[in-house]
Amino acid sequence: MNNEKIKILLIDDEEEFASTLAERLELRGYVAKIAKGGESGISLIAHESFDIVLLDLMMPGLNGLDTLKQIKIINKHLPVILLTGHGSVQGGTEGMRIGAFDFLMKPLDIKKLIKKIQLAINNE
Amino acid sequence: MYRKIMNRILFGKRQVHDHYTVLKRNIIIIMLLITIIPLTTMIIINYFQYRSHLRNQIMAPLYAMAEKTRHSFELFLDQRLAIIRFISTAYSFKELGDKQNIEKILISLKKECCGFVDIGLINSEGDLISYAGPYTLLGKNYSEQISFQETQIKGQYISNVFLGHRKYPHIVIAVQHLKDDGQTWILKATIDTDFFDILISSMGLARQTDTFLVNKDGILQTNSIYYGNTLQKCSIEIPLNSFKSSSVERTDSSNRDIIVVTSPFSIADYILVIVQPHSVAMESWYALKTEMIIIFLISLTIILFAILKMTDVLIKRIKTSDENRETALAELQHAQKLSSIGRLAAGVAHEINNPLAIINQKAGLMEDLIDLSKNFDKKAKFTELTGSILKSVERCRKITHRLLGFSKRIDVKIEPINVNNVITEVFEFLEKDILYRRIDICMNLSDSLKIIQSDHGQIEQMLLNLLTNAFAAIKDLGMVGVETANNKDGGIRIKIKDNGCGIPKNIIKNIYDPFFSTKKEKGTGLGLSITYGIIKKLGGNISVESTQGEGSLFIVDLPEKSDETESADE
Repeated sequence: MNNEKIKILLIDDEEEFASTLAERLELRGYVAKIAKGGESGISLIAHESFDIVLLDLMMPGLNGLDTLKQIKIINKHLPVILLTGHGSVQGGTEGMRIGAFDFLMKPLDIKKLIKKIQLAINNE
Repeated sequence: MYRKIMNRILFGKRQVHDHYTVLKRNIIIIMLLITIIPLTTMIIINYFQYRSHLRNQIMAPLYAMAEKTRHSFELFLDQRLAIIRFISTAYSFKELGDKQNIEKILISLKKECCGFVDIGLINSEGDLISYAGPYTLLGKNYSEQISFQETQIKGQYISNVFLGHRKYPHIVIAVQHLKDDGQTWILKATIDTDFFDILISSMGLARQTDTFLVNKDGILQTNSIYYGNTLQKCSIEIPLNSFKSSSVERTDSSNRDIIVVTSPFSIADYILVIVQPHSVAMESWYALKTEMIIIFLISLTIILFAILKMTDVLIKRIKTSDENRETALAELQHAQKLSSIGRLAAGVAHEINNPLAIINQKAGLMEDLIDLSKNFDKKAKFTELTGSILKSVERCRKITHRLLGFSKRIDVKIEPINVNNVITEVFEFLEKDILYRRIDICMNLSDSLKIIQSDHGQIEQMLLNLLTNAFAAIKDLGMVGVETANNKDGGIRIKIKDNGCGIPKNIIKNIYDPFFSTKKEKGTGLGLSITYGIIKKLGGNISVESTQGEGSLFIVDLPEKSDETESADE
């Protein structure tokens, strides 16, 4: 699949992190959009189409898992990769049970992330 | 000094005066005192009571026998006196003065009554005027003799024993007769004392018992078995001035303890003496005494044995329970240490993780930009610098992740769990690693595994940690085995086995300590610490068996139901 066509939604409250990651993804030919919280992320998904969502688990307001549930209601087939600063796999496995494709721990290794994105897209 | 001696006695050898030795000694002393004092008191009281009681029981028959025998003697003597008195009444002075008559009377006496030897008539002046018998005494004057004077005063007389002309012991009996004209005469007779011996032998005395007569001077009147012959001085001291039957205890010349019972005669100056050795008289008492002592010693031995044994068991139990308490306390302290370290670590890790993620992305972006830009001065140097930043971030990341995992503040959610399913899930999670490293997984999950009440997430984390460790321990193509089974107490057991490098013996007790790691920069030293914390939180137990070079076996026991209150403090 051509990278230029892949649209990524990045939902994370940490702006510095999200903007830098978005820039790096764009450098790799992806289209990356940022949402600062669960609610704005969900509204973006409702109005635009994305190929994949990168979702932070620890967010103020609507948290990652609840956002994931909402996303799955809107679009069951939209692949979601969870990002967590949390050291445990608890949130990750819980998310995967709900329907997330996979989860990665912060700080991220960009190569791993790209690999997972590719896997998720190819899976679709 | 006393304590030292007591300890020597009780414990055999010199020991360190630890708490238990002192306790043991005190218990033994107290128990000995409270058992032996009443026992000894009882034995002593019984001893004296039985002794006085038995003494009375033993003395009564001796007294009775003495009285009876004395009575027989008196009866015999009384009879002889009565016969002489009868003769003095039946015959006149004149008739008795006739030699033929008096010899006829002696013949009749000898025929009818045994013991008579001679008979004689003495006038008021003391001259023997008529006599029948073996001696030539006719004409002898008795007025100066005690026997004559005493007969004149008392009307009758019984002499002490003397040896007659054939060297046989004899006694003289005499009665006074008062004539109508106021004149008196005396009729005297000699009797041999054979009958005394007959009387004594008819008493049927116990063995070693001696019976004899003595006069008021302590001179033997009959033969004694142990204390001399007739007319010898008796070799034991006898109370001579008593007027009624009495008893004394003496030691005789052959050193025997003896009981002497005396009964004085009323009609003569004789004393009947019965001598019985203590050993015979108190035989039953000695038997009883021996029995009492044996019973006392046996009881003492049993008590002593029981006390020593009981105290030993007691002290051992106390010691074990003390040790258990100390172990529990140490475990609690360890758990608290882990918990407080965990809280501190979590706070730090949480705060650091986010900036770390940003540094990571910024450095990553720098790297990307450098990669994309054309060659410029020091491009290689910049690439190296960003690489170094990213590497350091990676190291920090590992640490913060582990720290967070170590002290997760997630509420424990107790729900029914099939651990087999959790294991399967964890393996799905590790699937890629297994495939990539071609690890041989050997699953042996019990089909009938009990559903336990526990926390899904915690068990998952715990299994993930143990399996990650196992994977780290083995080389590629190694083997990891997982086994589940039901425990007897209602809980379950999980065994995780690998054939990896194993754990050296000297560090096996440190493996659960936080920040203890053998992997150097690769590990954080928190994995097993977290695992340990989780298992303890769930009320379970973990143990490890490991041989260096052959592999390790971790055994996790989880209870049927995890206690929620236990985990509430986390």
